[in-house]
Amino acid sequence: MSEDMKVIVFQIKDKEYAIPVDKVSGIEKLLHITRVPKAVQFVKGVINLRGVITPIIDLRVRFGFEEVEYDDSTRIIIVILDDMEVGLIVDSANDVLDIPVDSIEPQPEVVGHLASEYISGVAKIEKRLLVLINLEKALSLEVTENMLKEG
Amino acid sequence: MDMNQYLEVFIEESKEHLQTCSEQLLVLEKNPEDLSIVNEIFRSAHTLKGMSATMGYEDLANLTHKMENVLDAIRNSQIILTPELFDVIFLAVDDLEAMVMSIAEGGDGKRDVVKVVNQLELIEKGEFQVLSSSIAEVAAASAVLGKEEMTAGEYDEFEWTVLQQSKEQGFNSFEISIGLREDCLLKAARVFMVFEVLEKSGEVIKSHPPVELLEEEQFDQQFTVTMVTRESAEELQKKIMKVSEVDRVVLNALDFEGLRHADNTEEDKITAVNKQEQERNDAEIPIDNKEKKKQASVKPASSKTIRVNIERLDILMNLFEELVIDRGRLNQISSDLDNQELHETVERMSRITSDLQTIVLNMRMVPVETVFNRFPKMVRQLARDLNKKVDLEIIGSETELDRTVIDEIGDPLVHLLRNALDHGIETPEERLGKGKNEEGKIQLKAYHSGNHVFIEIDDDGAGINKERVLNKALSNGILTREMASTLTDKQIYELIFASGFSTAETISDVSGRGVGLDVVKNTIESLGGSVTIDSKENEGSIFLIQLPLTLSIISVMLVAIQNEKYAIPLSSIIETAIIKREDIMNAHNQQVIDFRGKVLPLLFLKDIFEVPVSQEEEEFLSVVIVRKGDKLAGLVVDSFIGQLEIVLKSLGNYLASAFAISGATILGDGQVALIIDCNTLIH
Repeated sequence: MSEDMKVIVFQIKDKEYAIPVDKVSGIEKLLHITRVPKAVQFVKGVINLRGVITPIIDLRVRFGFEEVEYDDSTRIIIVILDDMEVGLIVDSANDVLDIPVDSIEPQPEVVGHLASEYISGVAKIEKRLLVLINLEKALSLEVTENMLKEG
Repeated sequence: MDMNQYLEVFIEESKEHLQTCSEQLLVLEKNPEDLSIVNEIFRSAHTLKGMSATMGYEDLANLTHKMENVLDAIRNSQIILTPELFDVIFLAVDDLEAMVMSIAEGGDGKRDVVKVVNQLELIEKGEFQVLSSSIAEVAAASAVLGKEEMTAGEYDEFEWTVLQQSKEQGFNSFEISIGLREDCLLKAARVFMVFEVLEKSGEVIKSHPPVELLEEEQFDQQFTVTMVTRESAEELQKKIMKVSEVDRVVLNALDFEGLRHADNTEEDKITAVNKQEQERNDAEIPIDNKEKKKQASVKPASSKTIRVNIERLDILMNLFEELVIDRGRLNQISSDLDNQELHETVERMSRITSDLQTIVLNMRMVPVETVFNRFPKMVRQLARDLNKKVDLEIIGSETELDRTVIDEIGDPLVHLLRNALDHGIETPEERLGKGKNEEGKIQLKAYHSGNHVFIEIDDDGAGINKERVLNKALSNGILTREMASTLTDKQIYELIFASGFSTAETISDVSGRGVGLDVVKNTIESLGGSVTIDSKENEGSIFLIQLPLTLSIISVMLVAIQNEKYAIPLSSIIETAIIKREDIMNAHNQQVIDFRGKVLPLLFLKDIFEVPVSQEEEEFLSVVIVRKGDKLAGLVVDSFIGQLEIVLKSLGNYLASAFAISGATILGDGQVALIIDCNTLIH
């Protein structure tokens, strides 16, 4: 018997990623995004999420992929990070999965050009490969500042 | 019994009682002969003792008890009031405050109070010996006092008629004086029970103190009731004695003749006093003023209030903000649809929400008194520490401000007051030498004006020495010599707000570490306010603080920059203008225009904010002229959309460092507009 973990699965550039469901407070269709001047590149701006101003991050830009036009399948995943809501723009999100905790393995040495510190593990379920994202690291301001310095 | 649910009330009430104590002590210090003030303090201390004992805070109860003993002795004229004695009592109040604070912060309210307790005990004992000779006299005096308390005072005409008529109809009239037990905790409840008994047996005509005060436990152990009844004195006495914690009941049948007589003499006395007062008034008007003030402060108007948790008000405010946003949205929809009925309904709703807005905002308004009331004690202490004589006058403490502003404004004010005391007011000798009154004067004044509240701190001290300020600024490298020669007086005064500035020649622990005034300025500016100084050498200085009434709903001008919308707070806008492109001139890589004879630098927001350009440039430019202090700048936008009230929202931590953006708001169409922070745009 192994424990299961519920995750939200989303796609960016043909790859599948997963976030634990307890970190997600909702999935929204694309709303009007107000650009914030001079913000870091991957911060697309802010939206009005039921009266709360919520910053929006484009995960494609965050992960260093090329930007694409947003379309009907584009979704904003609202995640909770340190009591703060942040929206993540992903290509599509349409799955909730139970994955057995023991199917999660540490990340392999080479995972494309995705900086490895944002990955907390990889889960293989049947023929799908899910990359688990470490939200704290992926979105933390320190990391983003570091990236700014490097960039 | 679970005390937790009472804890909050206990803390709140303790704070109030302690506040009364400090306030009244200060009044007493000025009028040491007025023993009614001592009574007031005694009552507060007594209630506090009872409450803390009930809640199980032994230290608190102990110290209050000791203080009460001393107060009691003062009340009975066994102790003569001296400044040192006041120091000890103030110290005790300080300790009590510290203990209550510790309880409020979840502590156990324990504190080492041995020293103060000893001092209090010394006062109590020491004076007993000295005054043994006069005790007889005192006893006589208190006996007289006691007797006066026994009667329910004079009766007015109505009561008098009722009493006489009931006598004619065969009722007995009694004056009943009822004493509660010393350790009675729920006095109001006992009073209620006594009244219930009395009202079953007859009719209560009058009580002393009045019923309202009895309900608020504003009496010691004893109160007097006048009633008419058909029952006999013994029956009545037995009935009342059945109420628990009643110590003794004394019934006196009313002596109509004697009463009437007493009544008359009382009246005579009053008229005599009035006459005296009249004469005094004619002679000296200032005294009259002082007395009026005293009366006003002794008897604050009691209004009906309930305590509401601040959190609930915040939730209400948030919900209301949502409503304001939806109202904007509805307005827009109705103007799009152009339906007469919808128009009218939306119009009505707008009006109602505006009223609601006023009410909700008013609910969050707190009188500045809550901040000001701790100052008299602080100033007194500080003046004693510095060996200066200072009279602090507070005006307009009823002026109201949003709670968020109130929370922040305390520290800056403390700083400015300390500054005025330490640097402003001179020592008594210096003052006498300058031909001024030995006692310095600091005036703390709050008042409304338009959408702002002003707080003025005005001292009649030495004023700001321009030379010294300039020299200091030069030596600290805040200023160059060339700049120094061009500064106006006001600009020189402003220098003391620069960071790393301190003119006090000797560093005291009061102020003068050079970390002060710039923090004051920053705090006030972060609240959307401003602070200015005016000063005259040897005549004093005025610090004027301007604060917005509320922080959460502000008026803005909405402008468009290409396809984006931005909001500019009306508070920083001077005016708007349309200028021709060809009127723009270049000066030092800076585009400027000549505006009413002044050179006005232009800031192109679309370049500063890197707005994606999609529209053709036009021949005419829309300019919003904004100011920061004395500096002006023109913000070039593409078009003005209009003026509206918006709900200020924070961008959140993630974007806290956004450049020149102070926050965001949600527009009627549900989109987010950013609010421009003019202060960071103008250097």
